[in-house]
Amino acid sequence: MKKTININVNGTDHVYEVEPRLLLVHYLREVLGLTGTHIGCETSICGACTVMLDGQAVKSCTMLAVQADGASITTIEGLARNGQLHPVQEGFWEQHGLQCGYCTPGMIMTAAHVLSNNPDPSDEEIRHGLEGNLCRCTGYQHIVDAVQYAARKMKGQAATGD
Amino acid sequence: MATNNGDNEQPLKVVGKPFRKVDARAKCTGQTLFADDITLPRMLFAKLLRSHVPHALIKSIDTSKAIALPGVVAVITGRDLPIPYGILPVSQDEHALCIDKVRFIGDPVAAIAALDEDTAFEAMDLIEVEYEPLESISTIEDALSIEQPRIHDYGSGGNIHKKVSLEFGDMEEGFAEADLIREDVFFYEGNTHLPMEQHAALAHFDADGKLTLWSATQTPHYVHRALAKTLEIPASHIRVIATPNGGGFGGKSDPFNHEIVVAKLAMITGRPVKVTLTREEVFYCHRGRHPVLMWVKTGVKRDGAITAMHFRSLLDGGAYGSYGVASTFYTGALQTVTYNIPRYKFEGVRVFTNKPPCGPKRGHGTPQPRFALEVQIDKIAEELGLDPVEIRRRHLVPPDSVTANYLRVGSNGLGECIDKVVEASDWKNKFQKLPYGRGIGLACGSYLCGAGLPIYWNDMPHSGVQLRLDRQGGVCVMCGSIDIGQGSDSILAYIVAEVLGIDPFDIRVLTADTDLTPVDLGSYSSRVTLMTGNAALQAAERARELLTIAVAEKLDVPIENITFAERRAFDVENPDVGVSFAEAVQLAEAKFGTIGTVGSYTPPRSPGKFKGAGVGPSPAYSYSAAVVEADVDPETGIITVERVWIAHDIGRSINPALVMGQVEGSVYMGLGEALMEEMTYRGNRNVVHKFPSLLEYKSPTTLEMCDVKTFLVEDPDPNGPFGAKEVGQGPLLPIPPAVVNAVYDAVGVRIDEVPASPDKVLKAIREKAQGKEGRYGPKSVPEVEWPAPLKVLTPAEGGDGRELPREAAHMKD
Repeated sequence: MKKTININVNGTDHVYEVEPRLLLVHYLREVLGLTGTHIGCETSICGACTVMLDGQAVKSCTMLAVQADGASITTIEGLARNGQLHPVQEGFWEQHGLQCGYCTPGMIMTAAHVLSNNPDPSDEEIRHGLEGNLCRCTGYQHIVDAVQYAARKMKGQAATGD
Repeated sequence: MATNNGDNEQPLKVVGKPFRKVDARAKCTGQTLFADDITLPRMLFAKLLRSHVPHALIKSIDTSKAIALPGVVAVITGRDLPIPYGILPVSQDEHALCIDKVRFIGDPVAAIAALDEDTAFEAMDLIEVEYEPLESISTIEDALSIEQPRIHDYGSGGNIHKKVSLEFGDMEEGFAEADLIREDVFFYEGNTHLPMEQHAALAHFDADGKLTLWSATQTPHYVHRALAKTLEIPASHIRVIATPNGGGFGGKSDPFNHEIVVAKLAMITGRPVKVTLTREEVFYCHRGRHPVLMWVKTGVKRDGAITAMHFRSLLDGGAYGSYGVASTFYTGALQTVTYNIPRYKFEGVRVFTNKPPCGPKRGHGTPQPRFALEVQIDKIAEELGLDPVEIRRRHLVPPDSVTANYLRVGSNGLGECIDKVVEASDWKNKFQKLPYGRGIGLACGSYLCGAGLPIYWNDMPHSGVQLRLDRQGGVCVMCGSIDIGQGSDSILAYIVAEVLGIDPFDIRVLTADTDLTPVDLGSYSSRVTLMTGNAALQAAERARELLTIAVAEKLDVPIENITFAERRAFDVENPDVGVSFAEAVQLAEAKFGTIGTVGSYTPPRSPGKFKGAGVGPSPAYSYSAAVVEADVDPETGIITVERVWIAHDIGRSINPALVMGQVEGSVYMGLGEALMEEMTYRGNRNVVHKFPSLLEYKSPTTLEMCDVKTFLVEDPDPNGPFGAKEVGQGPLLPIPPAVVNAVYDAVGVRIDEVPASPDKVLKAIREKAQGKEGRYGPKSVPEVEWPAPLKVLTPAEGGDGRELPREAAHMKD
């Protein structure tokens, strides 16, 4: 039996009737057409499907859409504001934190979460924070650099009150 | 000074600079459309029903219940797609859906198109397939000894797919000259690409009978050919669009059954049909690294100079041919391009087993023999009392030379690569000097910059580029190559921007669309930077020539004075006199008509003319050297790689940041292979894949991946665009042998097998503690009836690259 859910995604409320078995990732991709959130393993190992749910990075392939009823979700499409890239997005572009780009949205969401908890992380802390996200292209080094770039950028913005 | 190849000696403005990638903003914002992200109105979803038995005859397939399920639109079986295909002309041994036999768990037997994916899944359970099981063949040894049943009815008899035997020079003389002869046996386990993106394809058959396929493929041109063949429609009515690949590493280089199936279903239903493989299915698609058992006999002088090498490789090919014939030759091709090997013999055999087919993975057929070679050299160095650095450094293949097996080496920066990593790692103070449990190891490698020959024989270019300039100043680069993350879109933009003096972000790059872009053979064999780069360079230079003539006329200055930079064309002697780039295009368009130019690239002919000479030649070879420092826990056998120093001879970096990314990614993948990644099967339980899931197939996370210190050695190669060579694959090669060489330095045990998992290390450590050899690895290789070798005199022996006539070869015996 379908269930009505109300989820705020990227600042907009969406009310839909969905099957209780519908995964959150399928809700985002197929119901809302937000295809920036990717599926890489179906077993919550790779982290390509990571989104922000009420401020927490979660793997949307192992959560049901109905479980997100009432929550606020940010996907990769909602991270940039007013055409301005989020510092983590900027970091990934500037520091070559990606190659094929498939893990990138999930990696960026997790990194944003890491930085929201720890604005001044060591490389080690970044690596620990990203251990649930797999990348087959980069060897992770440039990803760590990208997150450090974002951390510096966010501190700079905070300091100048931007 | 490096210039942009124009008449004016201007410094390079784009090439060599760490520009951002032109396609990366879309990837950071979730805007890139991967194959599974594309939807069309009225689209259906397809699923493939796959065999759950490894080897069986199909007695019957009953699809009646499935087709009756509401929501199912079509069901097809092998009878609907009777024409075989395969990537190589010599092994057209696949059917999109098996007709009368299944050959591995995962081989597809039927396909469903339904209104939604759930219905398609449900319908799979309703298809009844009756199998008559056959004995399954699960190992190289089985395949060599079991004549019947045969997995295929072609090949070199029984379950042998291919045997090759090549001999370059007088081996007897070579071994007679040696002061030391070593024979060693190695095993390199198979592993898989594990791209983060699961394969997906979408087909649309339109009202006027034309088919479009969007697919996550590295080789749209070969998919195009396979579709035309299997669907029996003219290639001119088929359009293949390769979508940005969410990781390839060789795993998306074959034409795949799911691509043909959705195309067929789209034709039958008249509706768009999409398929996205599950992660489990991606493991069955595979085409990954071949498991290879190797025996190598090498003769050396006291100073470490090799006098002769005899190399044997036995490849477990899995259930189909795929690239396997090429893979077999590759396990014997590139041994000769690093250290001088004056006489060389190679014997290789590939067998069929009831497992997912193997094919090309990053390094295609070369990491396995490189592992054997680099570990054996370490053993030889120890036996001769030489330093592992010196034994390699002293005997490098000289630049501009031809090897015993007729590979033409151009630039070779390996010596400098070795020097860099030896110095940076403080090798001299660490090798044999670190405390027990910590060690350091060195290894080198080399790889192709594009296969010298196409997959199907023809005289046409390997890469083509069309350039269109419009009067607003827009530049569109059209090329058949596909960006698989390696940055090929960016490379095209950088090269064209350099030549035309514009910003790479001004350029529109349109790639991998068989209707709109000229053929490029695909993103494999590390060919794209060199080949499409050269094609782009030619097209851009031709466009610049037209613009130069028009601008010189307008400004009334000599042609040789016109230069292009900062979106302007101007007089180099009087930079204020000039026009904007858009005005330059307008002037040229007024003078010559619409401005479009083409460029193409064909690799130089190889000096080898013998049968089998097609695999190994390349316009250039890249070189890498790596030092690995590792901790080995003697209580658990766990290897922790603390640091990798790697130097790569790139010729010239078109973009050093992208080059570093490729080097580090290769190191990462090499470490995964060295330490943990393996495709293994329960041989005694019907060849079931042990772990077709990311839960069990281990790959390094951020925590296992160590610091990498990368050095780029720039020794421009005359065949590369601006001197550039490859970087996507070569830097993987030294990593696995460097790891096990470091293990030996740490705890004194030889792990002659990849992956060097903790159980193996621990077993070797315990055996050593009991006074035994302290080695883990195969003891021998099974007997093979090798064919009489095809004999070729080496260049040093006065050979001309042709095989000796059979009689002469026999008389010589």
